[in-house]
Amino acid sequence: METMTKSDLKEFRSETKRWLEENCPTSMRTPPKEFADLYWGGRNSTFSSEDQKNWFTKMLEKKWIVPYWDTQYGGGGLSPEENNILTQEMIRIGCRKPLFSFGISMLGPALHQFANKEQKMRFLPDITSGKTWWCQGYSEPNAGSDLAGLQTKAEDKGDHYLVSGSKVWTSYADKADWIFCLVRTDFEATKHNGISFLLIDMKSAGVSTRPIKLISGKSPFCETFFDGVKVPKENLIGTLNDGWTIAKYLLTHERQMIGGVGETDVRKAVHEIALENMPSKDGILSDSILRSEIAEIEMNDAVFEMTIQRITDEAKTGVNAGALSSFFKYYGTEQNVARMELISSITGTNGLLWESDNKDAVSVVRTFCRSKGNTIEGGTSEVQLGIISKRILNLPS
Amino acid sequence: MALIITEEQKLLRDSATEFLAMNAPIEQFRELRDDNYRAFDEGLWTKLVEMGWTALTIPEEFDGLEFGYTGLGQVLEEMGKNLTKAPLFSSIVLGATTLTESSNQELKAAWLTHLMDGTKRFAFALDEQTYFDPTSIATTAKKANNQYTLSGKKTMIIDGASADAFVVVAKTEDNEINLFLVEAKTAGISISTDVLLDAGTYASVTFDQVKVSEANRISTAGQGSNLLNQILNTACICLSAEMLGMVSEVFDQTIAYLKEREQFGKRIGTYQALQHRAAIMFSEIELCKSVVIKGLQAIDEKSEDLDQLASLAKAKLGKTIKLVTNEAMQMHGGIGVTDDVNIGFYFKRARVLQRLFGDYSYHLDRFARLNKY
Ligand SMILES: Cc1cc2nc3c(=O)[nH]c(=O)nc-3n(C[C@H](O)[C@H](O)[C@H](O)COP(=O)(O)OP(=O)(O)OC[C@H]3O[C@@H](n4cnc5c(N)ncnc54)[C@H](O)[C@@H]3O)c2cc1C
Repeated sequence: METMTKSDLKEFRSETKRWLEENCPTSMRTPPKEFADLYWGGRNSTFSSEDQKNWFTKMLEKKWIVPYWDTQYGGGGLSPEENNILTQEMIRIGCRKPLFSFGISMLGPALHQFANKEQKMRFLPDITSGKTWWCQGYSEPNAGSDLAGLQTKAEDKGDHYLVSGSKVWTSYADKADWIFCLVRTDFEATKHNGISFLLIDMKSAGVSTRPIKLISGKSPFCETFFDGVKVPKENLIGTLNDGWTIAKYLLTHERQMIGGVGETDVRKAVHEIALENMPSKDGILSDSILRSEIAEIEMNDAVFEMTIQRITDEAKTGVNAGALSSFFKYYGTEQNVARMELISSITGTNGLLWESDNKDAVSVVRTFCRSKGNTIEGGTSEVQLGIISKRILNLPS
Repeated sequence: MALIITEEQKLLRDSATEFLAMNAPIEQFRELRDDNYRAFDEGLWTKLVEMGWTALTIPEEFDGLEFGYTGLGQVLEEMGKNLTKAPLFSSIVLGATTLTESSNQELKAAWLTHLMDGTKRFAFALDEQTYFDPTSIATTAKKANNQYTLSGKKTMIIDGASADAFVVVAKTEDNEINLFLVEAKTAGISISTDVLLDAGTYASVTFDQVKVSEANRISTAGQGSNLLNQILNTACICLSAEMLGMVSEVFDQTIAYLKEREQFGKRIGTYQALQHRAAIMFSEIELCKSVVIKGLQAIDEKSEDLDQLASLAKAKLGKTIKLVTNEAMQMHGGIGVTDDVNIGFYFKRARVLQRLFGDYSYHLDRFARLNKY
């Protein structure tokens, strides 16, 4: 890539600004409220509105679904600087992401790092075009925090693997087209050394799912069963029995995402919600205890954001930030859970509305319930603290 | 602007680390305390001047290095690690900043070179009561002919007993805040001292009808509050840098202890109850690093967000230093609460810095007000 001068970047910004103004529909510039507001793509994809469809299509034509991936995979080929500018401009006018995808945030980075050339050409373009909806098959009934204890097995049958076992908490397994899975390929080896990373088409014979309902009332995740599923050998990513390396690499990306690194949604400030819902005198919230709690959350939000920037800036100078994804995951989700708890209490009895015409209030309540999963999914807070203490602080075990 | 220090700032930092290890390690803090709470070592002060640390924030126009507060912050952080005692904060961060931020060219020309070469020192006289409140000032400055008469009592003046001149915050008859430069030897000034928890000596100064010429009014009409605000923002961020150094040092010492001390036949660092608390401290310290560098850069860039960043930094560091010093003592067990180890020094100094220029709740409240709620 040619290096861009400052004036090139300036031009890129003004051009980007103009393009977004022209092409992002007004309704796509509001924060998403419910699941239907997010477009996930996939074989059976449907759009919930014309605007959603238009926005996705425009961004797809512009190759800005994943603007920073290489053009050979359908990415936009933008430099980090250009991508920053695009993100900033999208945040500025509050554009929604045109596509939500574990393919972009989790599988993609792992494929870039570990897949062979054919596999990259086979899978990456369908991520950038939104054709494939990917889900994650890591956790099992007896392998949660102790993920490496997983038992779903893949037997070598010459030209294919035969997969049997079950996964659990698989987000969107009932809607997804493909699943990236951790399977055991060697039962003799120590637990971290017998795992492989396998891609499985959810249409394959023997795959079934059963939705599980969450406390938010939604069923975004499932039990996933594999009953003698034949998987072609070319679907193995990386080296046989070395899947743990890929699993961990992918987890660092997942954790940064859940922790809020790269988050672009524009949130309403907690104090704004408070001023709308609670009594105040001369512009000062009357409940001084809640006011302090709000200030504390907002301070930590602000400083956490600075920390994401600082660590990103340091990483550019070659400081290794690998294990820090556990810090992002831990802090970002604890902060999110605390924020949602606070918003829920600020909104008083509105913060209890479960089914009502007051859709905004219901959305807050459902989001509050959903947030409780944040400190669990992607590895619990306790697991992250364990990783920080061992990998970063080098405390003995 | 990237939230990292530049190569030059890093060099300065490295030289500070090396210099302090040689000339002002933590043992010096103990010696000074045991020597009847000596405020600092004059020999060290001369060396700090030679290192150029007093010139870092002084404009080139006045023969300073104009290197900036981000640079000075690196030095303060290293001094925090060693609990180095020197009048750098009082005379430069508070004193020199008062002049450089003012528009009084005569006073700058008269004093900055002397502050830089260390032959003269300023102390900052603001506090009057036990709770920090820079808006309620009872000290008055009444004007008659070409001079002001200052009356009032100031407390908690850092390095006040050995200062050559005071920057005094007072209210003029128009009820405006103004800052005056008052030489310590002026008639009507009486000084007493207290030793605080951190073994530091802090002065209380009574101004009894003290005459100050109009030329020594630092602030211009109507600008006193803004100037004071600017100094306090700078002070809060610089104190945060010092606190970051203390926090990092105490944390490192504690982690080292967890790896070394054995109980029940195992190193105590193997116990998850301690591991997780260590990891939580680590996370909070990561946040502290970010807000300190952001704040320091904001001073140099004259950022519009300075009010907010100063409160963010002071609150975040205040809260974290409380957590870390408390945890450090607990994790050291019995030895942690003895005077034999240094952990207690950090704990005591932390409590003083937490309260100086506004504690956690003061800055939480200020942050909320700045954000209009
Ligand atoms: C909303 C949501 C979406 C999810 N989506 C997916 C998905 O798409 N794909 C997927 O594969 N998985 C998914 N998960 C699963 C998630 O990764 C696991 O739930 C998580 O790793 C925890 O495992 P577990 O539920 O078995 O809890 P357990 O591991 O049984 O943990 C129970 C408790 O014990 C604690 N604990 C466990 N081990 C230790 C230890 N060594 N030290 C201290 N404390 C410990 C835990 O922190 C926790 O508090 C999702 C989970 C949620 C909540």
